[in-house]
Amino acid sequence: MHPAAATPVIEFRDISYRVAETQVLSGFNLQVQSGETVVLLGRSGSGKTTSLKLVNRLLSPTSGEIRVKGVPNTEAELIRLRRSIGYVIQDVGLFPHFTVERNIGLVPKIGGWPQDRIRVRVQELLQMVGLAQEIALRYPHQLSGGQRQRVGVARALAADPEILLMDEPFGALDPLTRDELQREFLLLQQRLHKTVVFVTHDLREALRLGSRIALMEAGRLVTVLAPKDFLRSSDALASAYVRAFGEGLESAANRGTS
Amino acid sequence: MNVFRFIWQNHGQVLELTLEHLRLVGFSTLFAMLIGIPLGIVIAHRPRFNKPVLASANIIQTIPSLALFGFLLPVPWLGERADRLAILALTLYALLPIIRNTYTGIRGVDAAVMEAGRGMGLTESQLLFQVELPLSVSVILSGVRVAVVISVGLATIAAAIGAGGLGEFIFRGLAMVDDRVILAGAIPAALLALLADFGVGWLERRLQPR
Repeated sequence: MHPAAATPVIEFRDISYRVAETQVLSGFNLQVQSGETVVLLGRSGSGKTTSLKLVNRLLSPTSGEIRVKGVPNTEAELIRLRRSIGYVIQDVGLFPHFTVERNIGLVPKIGGWPQDRIRVRVQELLQMVGLAQEIALRYPHQLSGGQRQRVGVARALAADPEILLMDEPFGALDPLTRDELQREFLLLQQRLHKTVVFVTHDLREALRLGSRIALMEAGRLVTVLAPKDFLRSSDALASAYVRAFGEGLESAANRGTS
Repeated sequence: MNVFRFIWQNHGQVLELTLEHLRLVGFSTLFAMLIGIPLGIVIAHRPRFNKPVLASANIIQTIPSLALFGFLLPVPWLGERADRLAILALTLYALLPIIRNTYTGIRGVDAAVMEAGRGMGLTESQLLFQVELPLSVSVILSGVRVAVVISVGLATIAAAIGAGGLGEFIFRGLAMVDDRVILAGAIPAALLALLADFGVGWLERRLQPR
């Protein structure tokens, strides 16, 4: 099926968002198709995180609308909308007073799943994100940064949402762990085909993980390009990024083959 | 050791006044928690109420206790019974630490935890009862602890308006210029304060989130 023919899973329609006197987003249009990973790339303050939070209505646009699976997200019931969208943030935000198992199982639990099904699901998810089963009984403070973010991803996947919003999920990790998690993300994505919106300021990460890269600057969408096209782009900002990140980007963009 | 002989000889009355004292402190702390914790939660969620509420609680705290008892005396239903009046006054004094600590505790919950919870689709009440309160319970209890210790001391003054409690001994001893009688009120009151401090402190540590 040609992607343009299908209803986009997420669609930003002429979004503007302002806080007090600051125009955070303006004229923002973007479609995210089923199963693709769109990376929002840009510097701090370019509006990436804001765009993400508009999808699960942690923020509401000043004007314009966001459609999720063809329906304006304001028409969906807020809590149900959020439970159908996985959300992963840089600071993870695990509940410090819950074990890993309870953290991961929380959304299924409030969704009314029976206890034994939750337990099975937690085990399955731990395995999926590369964590040992015995981690289930630990508390967040007993985990390393990489383990914590793995739990964060598992928690977001718990109720098997079709959509995943990821806000610089690997930004706070050391380079080796980040590399590991990026690799696992790709493997996971090959299996699960979630529709992902991924925020980062790291071009290397964008090239590696994105099906398409949406480059943002000062609240506007500059261009949307596939990773390989991004490297050859004549766009001034895109080429500035490529120059700033220097050598070795080709291999990041060739994720399938490396 | 005259004091202890005096206490021993009057142990019935010491016990009775101690129980009265406990009743004043117990009810006032309970009421202060019932009012102060919800109020603290509200101002933590709606910052624009924060200043007026905390300022009012602060102002109450600055009213000299004897004066507050006096002010409340002419109030119709309250003035009828001294213990009602004393409980109200003690409740008012206990509010500030409880409101303030509830506010501080809830505001202190990691913003990332709240954002993740909200993003996952927890309702506001699920966030409150499963996240905010469990994570701030020890801070709230440390406010309760301060409130109880203050109340035990303040409640001795309630005897001035005839509300009973260990202050009876203290005022009587002052009038009689008899140290033994003063100490028969002061020592149990001090022990009560220590005990309350220790007890609530223990609970606080037990309920501390990891």
